[in-house]
Amino acid sequence: MDTQKFIENFKDAVEIDDREIALTDKFREYPEWSSLAFLSVIAMIDDEYDVIIEGKDFKILETLQDIVDVIKRQQA
Amino acid sequence: MAFLIFEGVGITALAAAVPKRVIKNYEYTEFFPADQVKEVVDKVGIYERRFADEKTCSSDLCFAAAEKLIADNEVDRSEIDLLVFISQTPDFRMPATSVILQERLGLSQSTIAFDINLGCSAFLYGMSVVYSMMEKGGLRKALILDGETRSKVYSPKDRRTAFLFGDAGVAALVERDEKFGKSYFSLNSDGSRADLIKINGGGYRNPSSAETLRERVVDEYGNIRNDEQGYMDGGDVFNFVIREIPRDIKQTLAHAGADRNALDFYVFHQANNFINTYLAKKLKLNTEKIPSCVEKFGNTSSVSVPLTIVSELRERMGGKKNLLLSAFGVGMTWATGIVPFVDCKISELVEV
Repeated sequence: MDTQKFIENFKDAVEIDDREIALTDKFREYPEWSSLAFLSVIAMIDDEYDVIIEGKDFKILETLQDIVDVIKRQQA
Repeated sequence: MAFLIFEGVGITALAAAVPKRVIKNYEYTEFFPADQVKEVVDKVGIYERRFADEKTCSSDLCFAAAEKLIADNEVDRSEIDLLVFISQTPDFRMPATSVILQERLGLSQSTIAFDINLGCSAFLYGMSVVYSMMEKGGLRKALILDGETRSKVYSPKDRRTAFLFGDAGVAALVERDEKFGKSYFSLNSDGSRADLIKINGGGYRNPSSAETLRERVVDEYGNIRNDEQGYMDGGDVFNFVIREIPRDIKQTLAHAGADRNALDFYVFHQANNFINTYLAKKLKLNTEKIPSCVEKFGNTSSVSVPLTIVSELRERMGGKKNLLLSAFGVGMTWATGIVPFVDCKISELVEV
């Protein structure tokens, strides 16, 4: 999986366009993060990676790397 | 898979009613700041809704739609042998609202009348029930009345639901005629997701009490509601929709041997624009064939599919039209229909 591409996809979904972000970031601390941003991220992950992460599984994720790991695990 | 096929039965006339009172969502700012409201409203694509006043129930909206339908089509009331009322916002806990409507509409006492309580997918369930009974041959005409006053269900202080729901009622006349070919339905249920959209209090599991009516902060975002108001877990509802709905539509198309490109319109439940835009993209559907009224009426639950046909397709339903209908929501339940409409008479929208 191209993690740089994932970061770009995530930025598009959450509408972050003024700075770079990193896999180690805790995405819930972004000022743009909200329940609406969450919907966009679910849609992006389904659309780009054909993976659906249930709400209860998503709740425990903290960093972008955590999301990447779940996607990889489900794709495997 | 639960698939149903009907032949020689169809909706011959449709009418819809909405309350006069328009709620402009950008200005629905009593409990939230305007910038936050704008962000939510733009995301869900719901700019206006209609709210019934205190005295107006779902049945009143259906009554207005039914009277319009009967007048426009000169329907002989004595020929209506079946009346099904679909709603989760009935007049009373008992008796069934359909029975009250039987009297109010001046229908015969030999009319079969009962209610269906299901939620957003209920119009398709109701069509299946009515088509089944009509196919049997003993009934002349049937009325499906489907109404919701969801504005009365949700807390205006819970931003997850405050901007979504509106009120409306429809009337559909169902008749037998060979000109209708086959109709196909897929109906589904998943009670493991019953907690995703729910009103916890006020039923017999958690009877109404001072406690169920106590307003409280329910989450880390400061949303406020009581237990007799509805709540919705939007994220998991979205997950459910993108997992189940495309699959059900594909399976129903395959079962019916239908080519999606040969269908005239795809009418989706009007939950919000974000969901419907995503479904259209995921299913690679021609968006010109997807009518939408969610921007002006919001989510009207089970009414949304027929309301969209009345509001958006009135001028475009001449002759024979094959429609894909898709609805999903509370339960969770979901349904897909591939349904022919032939010379369907659609009345102008009524304002009550």
